[in-house]
Amino acid sequence: MGRPVAIIGVGQTKHGRRMDVSYPDLVREAVLRVFEDTGLTPNDIDGVVSGTMPSMMEGVALTHFYFADAMQAVGKPIMKTETCGSTGVSIAHTAFYWVSSGMADIVLAVGHEKMNEGDSQATMTTVCEPFYQRHFVAGAPGAFSMQSRVWMDNFGIPEDKVRDAAAYISKTHHDSAFDNPYAHVKLRVTIDDVKNSKIITYPIRLLDVCPNSDGACAVIFASEEAVRKLGRKKVAWVKGIGFRGEEYYFGDSDKAVWQSAIQAAKEAYDQAGINDPRKDLDVAEVYNPFTFQEMMFYECFGFCGFGEAPDLVLKGTFARGGQLPCDPSGGTLCTNPIGATGLIRVAEAALQVMDKAGDHQIPGSKMALGHAMGGADQFNGVMIVGSEL
Amino acid sequence: MAKEFKTLLTEIKLPYELAYGATWTRFFEGMKEKKIYGTKCSRCGRILVPARTFCPRCFVDTDEWVEVSPQGTVLTWSYANYRYFGMPMDPPFISALIKLDGADVGFLHIVAGFDLDDFDVVRQTVKTGMRVKAVWEDERKGHIMDIRHFEPL
Repeated sequence: MGRPVAIIGVGQTKHGRRMDVSYPDLVREAVLRVFEDTGLTPNDIDGVVSGTMPSMMEGVALTHFYFADAMQAVGKPIMKTETCGSTGVSIAHTAFYWVSSGMADIVLAVGHEKMNEGDSQATMTTVCEPFYQRHFVAGAPGAFSMQSRVWMDNFGIPEDKVRDAAAYISKTHHDSAFDNPYAHVKLRVTIDDVKNSKIITYPIRLLDVCPNSDGACAVIFASEEAVRKLGRKKVAWVKGIGFRGEEYYFGDSDKAVWQSAIQAAKEAYDQAGINDPRKDLDVAEVYNPFTFQEMMFYECFGFCGFGEAPDLVLKGTFARGGQLPCDPSGGTLCTNPIGATGLIRVAEAALQVMDKAGDHQIPGSKMALGHAMGGADQFNGVMIVGSEL
Repeated sequence: MAKEFKTLLTEIKLPYELAYGATWTRFFEGMKEKKIYGTKCSRCGRILVPARTFCPRCFVDTDEWVEVSPQGTVLTWSYANYRYFGMPMDPPFISALIKLDGADVGFLHIVAGFDLDDFDVVRQTVKTGMRVKAVWEDERKGHIMDIRHFEPL
């Protein structure tokens, strides 16, 4: 690790179907909020990094050019970072690198997406080449459903148990979203509602799947020197980061013992000095566009052993009052403007350790994990933040 | 009453001509002859399907061509029951990862050949570990869908 870096403020739009605003105006909404939150102005910013999903999502390429004004990036270093679903965490990593390396003292990171303006699954399928894989992945839900089945079979977890645990996750996250003013889907669902909802890509059903959201998130990263100079007390120090990629072909690697997720978390844990994540972390914002996959992340991140997640989910270990609350914001399951989503996970983790998460605050949080996954199971990125330097 | 704001309906259509390269030209030409080819890595010994120019792990050229079986075992599957723009085939369909006999990696394709509209039939028919075989199109174009689908053995 280079020099210490802290998150000093967060701004989010109200996420949802936002046909009331143009895309640049949506981005500006988040940027205005982070300036409001931090009391900084564009003059204080040394560089801007932003990112989205592939440009086919909204049909405008190189959106950091389109949003240069909305992000007040004119005359500053500006960069776009794009790693599909993990874009938001990659943006956070990029901002971290700039500050940690000493190249900048204060960096604005912005993630954004307007998924309702295009066709999200058609866009995501273009991540696969058209000779072979594009025919069969069936969008993100198809690839992740196949992965979930490998996991169930590999560890001999009865499908009924996984189904019950996934429904429990869906119900509790949907309930949590009511405590998050920025969340998209606000819907009371029962376990039976989830289990009886329409099949999307079996075993995944509609209420196991995230929505298409429009939204943006802005986060300001600052050096230790800048934090001192600004006199900030409540900040979220970046304690560890990790990112890993997988081989391209879906059939080449083990999808149950998911190396990119395992190694990304391990790298971040080693930096943060975390040995027992279930004990050492106070809260985790795990990227969970699909309920089934969320349980795989618990296992790959060492929150529990392989094959154990469904039992622990059903015991409430990862619920709001449990040993390691996961996604108290309602998570990606309830809000998914993809280019922003990973940054929202980091922002929510930061809000928790800054004791600023409002109605979904996990009391006393000192160490929190933010995570995102991208590509056809190909990328995993983690950022751990803590209340102490 | 909420104010309605205007939207612009627009589209982008772009033509592309993508090169298969030597390896995939040979692989897809093989499909015309009802042959599924892999290439073997001289270092780790894995047979990779579809054929590859190089082994992703050893980063060495894989120039030993091996024909693998059109039969295999389902490693995992999913029943797709939703639609998006430009979807390559109409739902419902079953995506599957199939370990072809003689190959060391999973091969993506679809499983069909029974009533896909009746989910009870699907649930009773399709299992991880089931044996399947390729059903070829009569007219083959050197394309991944020259295999119409895999059906239960």
